[in-house]
Amino acid sequence: MSSGSIVMMIIGLAVTWGGAAVCIANALKKRSL
Amino acid sequence: MAKREQWGTRSGFILAAVGSAIGLGNIWRFPYMAYDNGGGAFLIPYFFALLTAGIPIIILEFGVGHKYRGSAPMTFFNIFGKWEWLGWWQALVSFVISVYYVVVISWALNYAILALDLGWGASPEKFFFNEFLQLSNGPMDLGGIVWPVFAAAIAMWAVTWIVLFSGVKKGIELANKIFMPLLFLLLLIMLVRAVTLDGAAQGIDWLFRPDFSAIADYQVWTAAYGQIFFTLSVCFAIMITYSSYLPAKSDINNNGMMTAFINCGFSLLAGIMVFGVLGHMAAKQDVALHEIVTQGVGMAFVTIPEAVNLLPAPEFFGFLFFLSLVFAGLSSMISISEACCSSLIDKFGWDRKPVTSLFCLVGFMLSLIFMTRGGLFILDITDHFINNFGIVFAGLVEVILLSWFFKLDTVRQYANSLSDFAIGTWWNFCLKVITPVVLGYMAVANLVGDIRENYEGYDGSALVMFGWCVVVGIVLLSFVLQSMKSAWPQKTR
Repeated sequence: MSSGSIVMMIIGLAVTWGGAAVCIANALKKRSL
Repeated sequence: MAKREQWGTRSGFILAAVGSAIGLGNIWRFPYMAYDNGGGAFLIPYFFALLTAGIPIIILEFGVGHKYRGSAPMTFFNIFGKWEWLGWWQALVSFVISVYYVVVISWALNYAILALDLGWGASPEKFFFNEFLQLSNGPMDLGGIVWPVFAAAIAMWAVTWIVLFSGVKKGIELANKIFMPLLFLLLLIMLVRAVTLDGAAQGIDWLFRPDFSAIADYQVWTAAYGQIFFTLSVCFAIMITYSSYLPAKSDINNNGMMTAFINCGFSLLAGIMVFGVLGHMAAKQDVALHEIVTQGVGMAFVTIPEAVNLLPAPEFFGFLFFLSLVFAGLSSMISISEACCSSLIDKFGWDRKPVTSLFCLVGFMLSLIFMTRGGLFILDITDHFINNFGIVFAGLVEVILLSWFFKLDTVRQYANSLSDFAIGTWWNFCLKVITPVVLGYMAVANLVGDIRENYEGYDGSALVMFGWCVVVGIVLLSFVLQSMKSAWPQKTR
């Protein structure tokens, strides 16, 4: 895979799953999940 | 009126909302859209659209649904009495979609069974159109019922009925607590298999290789906004309905962002899986990827079976793939059906059990037309029209009415008062300016396109019957439903 592809894939996964993780962590912290 | 049903847990709501958002399009549309619109560079307009349209709209719908505590018609009535018809328009869009969407899920169920012995044979394309669908000459040539599809559709309507009949907590929530984890597990297994195939890296490279010149093309931005809009199940009554079942203290903003991020994250993983498999196929057949990559029904029921035929343990992967389509489709089917049933329950004060039973019976009968040999053509037409003139137009009206003719900031402040993350006035700007401009452009472009040229070259009479009449008919019916006596309190706030 080209380095550009790897970088974009990582960015994509980081934004989506990173965003989801932050939201889930926040909900878990409140013990409201 | 009976006390409104509620979700049992917050995770139940999130799984249901995610289940609604994640559908067939996450698997068979997003990967192609990204590949065809700049590869990895597509993520730039895609995330921009997510932040300026997707998340704002989903928070708007979660906010009004929660604040006004009703299905879409009831919520819009509570906002402003004369706007009830908009809620009905959206609920009727959902109804039309449910009637043909169930048939596509039925195809997937059939294919999951066929996968066990690669029943599509060495020529999946010929098999799908000639033997499985037994395609007729066109939409006006119905032919007979395709019985394997009929049988699977009965099963899918039965599952939908059982889930809806059982209520929000013991039906919808429970179903999604089963389907969603299973769907993610299936995706994970397929993903691991896909990325370890020979040629997979080349396929994934094709998906993510960035062509930054695409960012200068306005059509790529339109594609990104369109993809975000359609993927999040917004503007057709679902998210308003689902959030109306939340308890009083609910973190609206976090819920909205969580749903959006998980949905888009799933699309990305599905894209990696699909292009890993396609890369393997291209390597095995010694062809360029662009010769085999496609989207939609063709991708799922022709290209993927072709790819599956070339895999080690093909029956296992094929079964998992089509089973994942069934789960993704069913969770969406449940949500669009609930959006309709909830509207009827709220409007007329009827009990859930007879409403859901009648809904599934009527829905099943209407979906028969899509189970005929001409069904794929009719589905194609109805799907095109309901998406482009139902969802897009209803979404445009919703955003304009709520942004410009309503105190939008009351929703933002309401959501912020319940949430840990506060959203700023950028949200107002997104809804007042960015989203209407984009949706307006899409609406006008679609209208001009379809007036200028018959969609896919179909005969005009077929387009009128299965397209234009449907979209105009549901608008008219919306006003009829608004005029009928309501069981809900005339003023809840």
